[in-house]
Amino acid sequence: MAFFLAQFLTGLANAAALFLVASGLSLIFGVTRIVNFAHGSFYMLGAFIGITLMDILPGHVGFWGAILLTGLAVGVIGALTEMIVLRPIYRAPELFQLVATFGVILVIQDLALMIWGAEDKLGPRAPGLRGVWRIFGEPVPKYDIVLIAITPFILFALWYLITKTRLGILVRAATQDREMVGALGVNQAWLFTGVFALGSALAGLGGALQLPKGGADLLMDFNIIGEVFVVVVIGGMGSLPGAFIAAVLISVLNVFGVTYLPQSTLVLMYVVMAIVLIIRPWGILGREEAAGEHGQVGSPERPIRPYGPKGIALTSAFVLALALVPLFAEQFVLTLIVDMIVFALFAASLHFILGTGGLVSFGHAAFFGGGAYAAALLVFHTGTPMELAFLFAPLAAGLLALAIGWFCIRLSGVYFAMLTLAFSQLVWSLAFQWRDVTRGDDGLVNIWPAEWLNAPAPFYYFTLILGTGGIIFLRHVIHSPFGYALRAGRDSPRQAEAMGIDVKRVQYAAFCLAGIMAGLAGGIFVFSKGSVFPTVLEIGESFDALIVVFLGGVKTLAGGVVGAGFMTGVEDWLTRLEYWRLLLGLVIISVVILMPEGIVGTLSTLWRKIRHTDEETIR
Amino acid sequence: MTLIRRTVLGMIAATALAPAAMAQDTIKVGEINHYKRMAAFAEPYKKGIELALSEINADGGVLGKPLEFVFRDDQGDPAEAVKIAEELMTREGAVMFTGTILSHVGLALSSFAAEKGYLYLASEPLADSLVWNSGNPWTFRLRASTWVQAAMLAEEAAKTDAITYATIAPNYAYGQDAVNAFKENLQRLKPEVEFVAEQWPALFNIDAGAEVQAIERAKPDAIYNVTFGSDLAKLVREGGDRGLFDGRSVYGLLTGEPEYLEPLGDEAPEGWYVTGFPWYAFDEGTPAGTFVAAYEAATGETPKIGSLVGYMTAQSIAAAINTAGSTDGDAIRQAFEDLTVDDTPIGALTYRAIDNQSTLGAWVGTTAVEDGKGVMVDWEYKDPAPYMPSDEDITAMRPAE
Amino acid sequence: MTEILRVENLKKSYDGFVAVGGVSFSVKQGELKALIGPNGAGKSTCFNMLMGQLKPTEGRVFFDGKDITGHKPRDIWRKGVGRTFQITGTYQSMTVIENVQMALMSHHRRIFTIGPRAWKLYRDEAMDLLGVVAMQDQADRPCSVLAYGDLKRLELAIALCHKPRLLLMDEPTAGMAPSARIELMQLTADIVRDQGVSVLFTEHDMDVVFAHSHHIMVLNRGELIADGNATEVRNNPQVQEVYLGGGTLFKEETHA
Repeated sequence: MAFFLAQFLTGLANAAALFLVASGLSLIFGVTRIVNFAHGSFYMLGAFIGITLMDILPGHVGFWGAILLTGLAVGVIGALTEMIVLRPIYRAPELFQLVATFGVILVIQDLALMIWGAEDKLGPRAPGLRGVWRIFGEPVPKYDIVLIAITPFILFALWYLITKTRLGILVRAATQDREMVGALGVNQAWLFTGVFALGSALAGLGGALQLPKGGADLLMDFNIIGEVFVVVVIGGMGSLPGAFIAAVLISVLNVFGVTYLPQSTLVLMYVVMAIVLIIRPWGILGREEAAGEHGQVGSPERPIRPYGPKGIALTSAFVLALALVPLFAEQFVLTLIVDMIVFALFAASLHFILGTGGLVSFGHAAFFGGGAYAAALLVFHTGTPMELAFLFAPLAAGLLALAIGWFCIRLSGVYFAMLTLAFSQLVWSLAFQWRDVTRGDDGLVNIWPAEWLNAPAPFYYFTLILGTGGIIFLRHVIHSPFGYALRAGRDSPRQAEAMGIDVKRVQYAAFCLAGIMAGLAGGIFVFSKGSVFPTVLEIGESFDALIVVFLGGVKTLAGGVVGAGFMTGVEDWLTRLEYWRLLLGLVIISVVILMPEGIVGTLSTLWRKIRHTDEETIR
Repeated sequence: MTLIRRTVLGMIAATALAPAAMAQDTIKVGEINHYKRMAAFAEPYKKGIELALSEINADGGVLGKPLEFVFRDDQGDPAEAVKIAEELMTREGAVMFTGTILSHVGLALSSFAAEKGYLYLASEPLADSLVWNSGNPWTFRLRASTWVQAAMLAEEAAKTDAITYATIAPNYAYGQDAVNAFKENLQRLKPEVEFVAEQWPALFNIDAGAEVQAIERAKPDAIYNVTFGSDLAKLVREGGDRGLFDGRSVYGLLTGEPEYLEPLGDEAPEGWYVTGFPWYAFDEGTPAGTFVAAYEAATGETPKIGSLVGYMTAQSIAAAINTAGSTDGDAIRQAFEDLTVDDTPIGALTYRAIDNQSTLGAWVGTTAVEDGKGVMVDWEYKDPAPYMPSDEDITAMRPAE
Repeated sequence: MTEILRVENLKKSYDGFVAVGGVSFSVKQGELKALIGPNGAGKSTCFNMLMGQLKPTEGRVFFDGKDITGHKPRDIWRKGVGRTFQITGTYQSMTVIENVQMALMSHHRRIFTIGPRAWKLYRDEAMDLLGVVAMQDQADRPCSVLAYGDLKRLELAIALCHKPRLLLMDEPTAGMAPSARIELMQLTADIVRDQGVSVLFTEHDMDVVFAHSHHIMVLNRGELIADGNATEVRNNPQVQEVYLGGGTLFKEETHA
């Protein structure tokens, strides 16, 4: 019994910092609808700034003062970030801000490396709180007890702020109905800045408060962000009490998981999230998202038309040019183009459900990696001929999409996104932990193409045909009745249902098709690299695709493909430089600010302006 | 339209690097690493290479030309690493490539090297399969493997009367290999040993309080630790506070390496038996002491184990190219087999022809806190040979060539 | 005339609050029937139950003699019931004619087809339908740039795609200029006459209601208080009371 209690206390202590960070994220999302992936970076900044301040300020007052000052400092940084990076793009398509926050992550990572160096920093101890108290004979660190004691005060302070102050009333009003607050004459821009600063400050506080239990290192931004999102989603986005309940739930479950199921540490929280979302699609205390809150903000997409003769001629000429590349270019150019085509196909498949279907998936890597693994496993274990194993990649990815889609398609908006994320994490952990079959992160190696393809030029043509073929096929589907039905379900689900379209079924089918095409890309990928590792199933892989789709332009047909080409090129070039993350982050942020409709979207708007084309006509 | 833009970008990206391939008056070696993702480990490694290069080139370089390393960041992504390797070999005119800390990236490069007939020296990755289960003729490895270092700790553990053990290791291939190696070696030496708890925290995301409670619950006689970095710091803190290590012997793989011990400051654990790198205790004038002095003079920093590995990587490659007398990949490969590199900080270093593994060993000792810093005391340098599996076993493990 | 729609004791309550309490009525073939009532009377709730967007707490809905109570909107549509919404829900990213074509593709069960180009399918048929509502000249404009009245007409064309036998129109003229209202309702009346469609519509504008409908039902606080022709309804004392309470006499009703 005493042991249980001690475990429970450990969980509660862990929940303290987690709740602080999560409540900040939840506030920001609730009011501004920004999915702020840079939130973990503010947590990391809190840790580093906290250590620096604690070095300067001595004693009890210094320690606790440093924590408060850190919150203030990170709040200011958050406010600046919001004003510089996010304010210009609130009119952009929803979730576009997510891409900007990704740029912010990269910038902060390199800045932190420049300022504080690469080495891990051990957090200072809280003065007078080293050691343990014994509770029923079990040792419990003093600082844990203090954290447990502080958390209710923080919850109370936040509760007071939200329910009793003018700012809080505005925040709640904005969470319920954004337009209303604007209509009431409140300066929405400053409300957003204020809330973003408050949310960031909470993250910074969390980073500083956890110092005596850990320290500061350059990986902590990514390490916390997944957990924080899980907490916010389980609690219900925008709900503070929900975030508190979820933080405690996750922390306590983690502690018990560590003891009774030690191997579960990688996925436990994602399993919990999946279960919660399947039972309660809007989290424990969340509310249903009003229709139209996602996907279709800003100017509507323009009507689409397949390429006319000129477009077809240009595209054919371009593909032909690509086909001629092996005649004069060196080997590495072929490799680079193969990479671009694979990534473009992967991005195009995501773009298909994201742009045309309006479904934001955070877990698309599950199908890319799933396809890659399916082919690799066959080759590795059974020595299946490459040609056959390759066919298995899209097939397996499609089946995986069939299974995952069955659960996810019932949800919408951010909750749909997070459930796809949870499932992709489950697939990842399967590849990562089922070592007997997948070899874990040692990966599957020596997965090379069949003899007749195993040279740069033949494999290049193989990729060119399947990759451009896949992209063209997806485009064709977009122009088909099925693609139109998908778009109808995105534009107005109510209208679509009222004209006999089973919207969810159409979306489910599209989800599977996207999975198949991502699997095809994965199949090409694995034979081009000769090996596959769980990294292809990581969250980062999903987000790479997501970012290029947004950068390219969600509301354009070519967005995914162009974005992928742009990103592969820029990355290949920038990673040669010392502070490439800083530069890449700045490039992403600049593109987001300068081209709020994405590269293709903004360029074509510009083109129409130059030619003074009538806004209304289409080709 | 879209496809055109895409390729134009690709072309620009590709041609932007073209000039690099033109000037061919140096001998180039590709160095692929996770410079940003694992900056704390990669930076000292890079400095070690640079120190060795300055010495080699001051001595006239190799084959009469300066030796040059082309450093590239792979973001810790195996696919990216493979792409960079291809570029280095086909565009930059590198004669071979080296690098990586993460084992899975090393394995990807190794597979690529074998397929294309490129030479790869895996400098830092520890996975046993690099030279054994997945070994191939084109991959050599410098650093002492997980198996060897774990065997050294197991040997010491077998001497005590501890019977029940708990293990804690990060939940990925390296952690699992390290635990298995320790278990196998210890149970071979002392069959009555029992493993009563196995903890698998997520890498760099440990829930230290819970892990400590779980180990304490099993009441083991001894603990085997494989965590490192921020995980280790948290484990040491929580474990120390909660009295987990009191009266228990603890074995720590890599725990004594300055990368992990230094950040702990005066909270470094005391009395753990660990592998590591006691650079502060090397005598002046010995090869190791000379290296440390040169490194400190050149960088103004104290060396890490990465510094040593980087230094010896560059030394090994220079020696191999000199022995080969040519920059042909296959010639250098053949030179690497049974290559002896003289005058390394540990003396003469050999690359075994049987499994392409170097004879770099490990320092083992006991941790202590001196002047507010964690150090290794009563240390010794151990040669890996006695801890290796038998030649027959190794031949059986390596895929047929 | 045969009954096309019969509603028996339709009821909807939320946690004790009764939005619609036991309404029964019928719509005959070829009839243009209005459902009126003050704000909050339960008209939209009633409509949403007929079309399947809401499940009734009690009661039955029969379309053409078949029970369609609680069926999904898309199934009810397939049986031959069309609908327009108070707030239009056309597809913003498509052209005018594509909106109509979409409905035709659904009607011809081509939703899961990936072979042909959608913009070529049923174009002539769609053009004919646009002709009915006099929208042919705007066929290739993006839907997002249409004037509000044009959107309403487009919605009507869409609703006619599957040759419905019953059309449910929720506030078809809300937000339109008075002249445009009369035009739209005249158009609707013509369609009823020419194609033998039955129409049930809700409306605020009493001029529209009394000028065009064959029969009028009045809903107040979830109860049906009148069901008859214009004269009968006008002279119904209960209706008088409800509407006089608001200070108007079927002349200028306020518009939501």
